[in-house]
Amino acid sequence: MKVDTPRASRQGPGVAAPSVPPRPLGAPLPRRDRLRRRIADNLVAYAFLVLGILAFALFSWYPIVRGFLLSFQQVNFAAPAEWVGLDNFQRLLDDPLFLTAWRNTLWFTLLALVFGFAAPFVTAVVLNELRHGRAYLRMTVYLPVMLPPIVTVLLWRWFYDPGPGLFNNVLKIFHLPPQQWLESSNLSMLSLVIVSTWANMGTTTLIYLAALGGIPGELYEAAQLDGASIRQRLWHVTIPQMRFILLITLLLQVIGTMQVFVEPFVLTGGGPSDATITVLLLLYRYAFVYSDFGLASAMSTVLFVVLGAFAGLYLRLTRTKG
Amino acid sequence: MDSNRTRRLSAAALAAAVALTVAGCGSGSSSGDSGKAGGVVTISVNGLPPATQTVDRKNFEDDVKAFEASHPTIRIDAREGLMDPKTFAAKLAGGQLEDVFYVYFTDPAGLIQRRQVADISQYLKDVPALADVKPELLDVFKDRTGKVYGLPTGNYSMGLVYNRALFTKAGLDPEKPPTSWDEVRTAAQKITALGDGITGYADFSKNNQGGWHLSSWIYSLGGDVAKQDGETWKPAFNSEAGHKALQYLHDMRWTDDTMGSRQLLEIPDVQKMMGSGKLGMYLAGPDNIPTIVKQFERKYDEFGLAAMPGTGTLGGGDGFMFNLKNTPEKTKAGLAWVQWKYLNPEREEQITKKSAGSDIPIGLPQPDLFNGKGGETIKAVHAQYANVPQRNYQPFVDRNSSVKVKVEPPNAQQLYAILDGVMQAVLTDKDANRDQLLADAEKKAATVLAAVK
Repeated sequence: MKVDTPRASRQGPGVAAPSVPPRPLGAPLPRRDRLRRRIADNLVAYAFLVLGILAFALFSWYPIVRGFLLSFQQVNFAAPAEWVGLDNFQRLLDDPLFLTAWRNTLWFTLLALVFGFAAPFVTAVVLNELRHGRAYLRMTVYLPVMLPPIVTVLLWRWFYDPGPGLFNNVLKIFHLPPQQWLESSNLSMLSLVIVSTWANMGTTTLIYLAALGGIPGELYEAAQLDGASIRQRLWHVTIPQMRFILLITLLLQVIGTMQVFVEPFVLTGGGPSDATITVLLLLYRYAFVYSDFGLASAMSTVLFVVLGAFAGLYLRLTRTKG
Repeated sequence: MDSNRTRRLSAAALAAAVALTVAGCGSGSSSGDSGKAGGVVTISVNGLPPATQTVDRKNFEDDVKAFEASHPTIRIDAREGLMDPKTFAAKLAGGQLEDVFYVYFTDPAGLIQRRQVADISQYLKDVPALADVKPELLDVFKDRTGKVYGLPTGNYSMGLVYNRALFTKAGLDPEKPPTSWDEVRTAAQKITALGDGITGYADFSKNNQGGWHLSSWIYSLGGDVAKQDGETWKPAFNSEAGHKALQYLHDMRWTDDTMGSRQLLEIPDVQKMMGSGKLGMYLAGPDNIPTIVKQFERKYDEFGLAAMPGTGTLGGGDGFMFNLKNTPEKTKAGLAWVQWKYLNPEREEQITKKSAGSDIPIGLPQPDLFNGKGGETIKAVHAQYANVPQRNYQPFVDRNSSVKVKVEPPNAQQLYAILDGVMQAVLTDKDANRDQLLADAEKKAATVLAAVK
């Protein structure tokens, strides 16, 4: 017996009615239809995204994956790569410079945090308190960021020159003994950190200034009415209000400073006696001096994992805040 | 509905355009082609001077035309650039490496070991010029079994470049430069005593160049950096010569204070010191003199060149190697080009005559590639057309033949990196334990040399 349903009648005689009951008006679409609809609605957006995705895929994701694979291979780029398991990592651990480079990098990171974290914060607080010349000083603080890194480093090489250099001449005025800023194993890393801090603190200072500007003035007024000193206002109002920004810049700074390269490459070449060889400088040597791309990739994988942990922490914090 | 369709069509068109663009980017010139069309072989070669070096570039382009005229079945695709380790692997992987490419003497051992270059042994019967080429230079391009992978086209041996005016000022005879390290030490003391920020002697200690120069010091004092022991290589620098070299460096730096206070120097730093007239002496090949003259607008008369103090020196140079993917035709064409352009004493007069009026230096004692008749021809031509004061280099010519030239050790750059640390320590730390430094470096070098195949 033929079942007369509205759908069957629309489809004409002889067409069997579907077993799926009709969707009531206002009921949600099935999952597959929803997906189809979403794709159709966003087709133009996806098309515009293609270029960006392809660019990322080609210039970022593919090299990351390829680098990861290379760390398990021996390659000469002329014949198919040979899988060598964990050999490259073993060779990495066997290289006495591997630990030296990590130790130096962590030391640089720690020093860079002490200087590079405190200096912009103090500068930002001072600039924020100024009534005159704030814009001029803000520009002055940011100026080094606009210099190409190589120019900065060469400028500082002259500052550090033990002969006619600026710093030793200043020391001479005060009858202090000249220093071997870059030539001494004890001073060279600190010298590099100072260059890096000077060159990069402008951006962090601006971020802090923006954050300081966002702190409601009422909080300071209330603190002042309660008789809080400047130090107490800083400690109990400014720092708690900027806690999140401070944490984020701290993490970004750790990620950035662990990749230090230009300063040791140009100023010290990793010396004296490997005192300033860093992870990236050693990686550069493996790849472009020794042409050992398997070893360089293993090193970059290790660095990727370490930095990935910090990046994960950063993402987690920003999400929590969001 | 219509608007939806339009949007979808636009999106599809945009995606297609992007895909086509990307596909277009991916399709470059393939290096896998035979390069042979209508019986004509096209080979890509590098070494074309940059456009800023107008005379050199014009000469190169004229050479290409002349070569193509005399070899109608070969076309040259000339490209700028020499050996750059930073781009070499990428070019090789991407099929963009030239068919015939320039290398320094430090490169062949590694390239051969990593099997990145073509074996050209079977084609060498077509290169008669090789008969006159100094055999020790060809050895740089051979593997352990004697197979040949490239041809040398230039060479140098380390000597002592000095400022003649400072020598005279310091009461030294510029015609009789030092022949031993003791004499270098004395001369450095006299030159430094002139004051006015003048440094007696400077040396490199950064970016592997310290290790490179320390090797030269060790050779000059009769030692070796690495020695072959049967099938394996072993470090040899922890020797009397190694200790003596460090002792001299320490004494000149700290006891005499004749090496200046700024260390961690590399080639451009020292050339700048010499170019500014503030340096007495440093170790370099003859090719450094024109660089200083051109870069710092000095005169050739101001500089002298002596052979390496002591009994041995480090020799280096350059040459050409061949792409592993070359067809036999390309390799043969490449060999014909290298032989015609670089290993051709018969063309020397023509080339020299052409360059005589330019700022290209003629008459430096090196390169000195050939033995026998080829070598004599070149020397005679250079003497005839010399535009540099050859008498200033006579001390080098007179003594260099008695100084043993040793080529770079295997895995040279890795060994130089290790010795760089030793050089740095001695020049930056007055109390550096030299015995310990050499012993530690020896251990590291043993690992590096164990990997030599």
